[in-house]
Amino acid sequence: MSKFQKKRGKSKPAISTASLPDIIFMLLFFFMVVTVMRDSTLKVEVNVPQATELTKLEKKSLVNYLYIGKPTDQYAETYGTSPRLQLGDKISAIGDIPLFLEQHRSGVPEKQRTGISSSLRVDGEVTMGFVSDIKTELRKANQLKINYSAKPRVE
Amino acid sequence: MARDKLNNEINAGSMADIAFLLLIFFLVTTTIDVDKGVLVKLPPWSEDEPETLTLNKRNVFSVLVNADNALLVRGEPTDVGDLRERAKDFIRNPQNKSDLAERPDKAIISLRNDRGTKYSTYLEVYNELKAAYRELREDESQKKYNKSYEFLPRDRKKEINAIIPLVLSEAEPTNFGEE
Repeated sequence: MSKFQKKRGKSKPAISTASLPDIIFMLLFFFMVVTVMRDSTLKVEVNVPQATELTKLEKKSLVNYLYIGKPTDQYAETYGTSPRLQLGDKISAIGDIPLFLEQHRSGVPEKQRTGISSSLRVDGEVTMGFVSDIKTELRKANQLKINYSAKPRVE
Repeated sequence: MARDKLNNEINAGSMADIAFLLLIFFLVTTTIDVDKGVLVKLPPWSEDEPETLTLNKRNVFSVLVNADNALLVRGEPTDVGDLRERAKDFIRNPQNKSDLAERPDKAIISLRNDRGTKYSTYLEVYNELKAAYRELREDESQKKYNKSYEFLPRDRKKEINAIIPLVLSEAEPTNFGEE
């Protein structure tokens, strides 16, 4: 008996929590680095279709996004219910595309400008007529690298 | 006496709480969304009419998608599910049939849709055609180098791409079915 009592008296049961902040900070930094804050709020409904032949978009800074879909309920009154195009964070006309591309292009170092691609985030329900018009406008603006955004599908 | 009583250490216990708060904030705002999509290269724009090329009919694989999202492949109604196999058969032409492509590098896929075609159908068709080419290149790579196309060095990839080039021509859509 005396043996046990002796041990109990000597041991320190409290675990040091001093390193806990360090661990948490490590996690914190991880999430801070991987976080991409959404830069534009969506005013159109975009539900991209599924596909299998996907390519990953490499450099985020070299990509500009075009959202195409029906305006959300909140904006349906102002913009109607037919598909609209959203550039940046506002709903725009197709004619605004060249300016939008130019604005993005001017923020990219000259050497990397050939690598700029456009990501088209198009809702699956949109008809091709509208998408074709946008494609024509992109071709006129000499933005030929495009990417039809899609969700991966498991076969 | 007073100095002995002073505790010089700052209590770091609340540090974890602060860090947790920040951590939770970033956890909530993080969207690790991988941006993926079907890569397409558009042809450059030109004002003048494109040259009319007369192609041997056997080398053209025409795909029409109408406003009802139905497919017409070389004049026959086809299901999207069969498109990939048909395209592969057309490009490879294993039995050397006279109505299929002469050689894989002569094959041309012609895609045309109505203005009323749904985007999801269009992308599905495009995806199937791209998949057909990917599978053919994979087969070629396995046959030639015994290696998956994905792991080939760049010049080998180019070589295979030259044997089986992806030639997909998209015509201006027809004005049917616009909302």
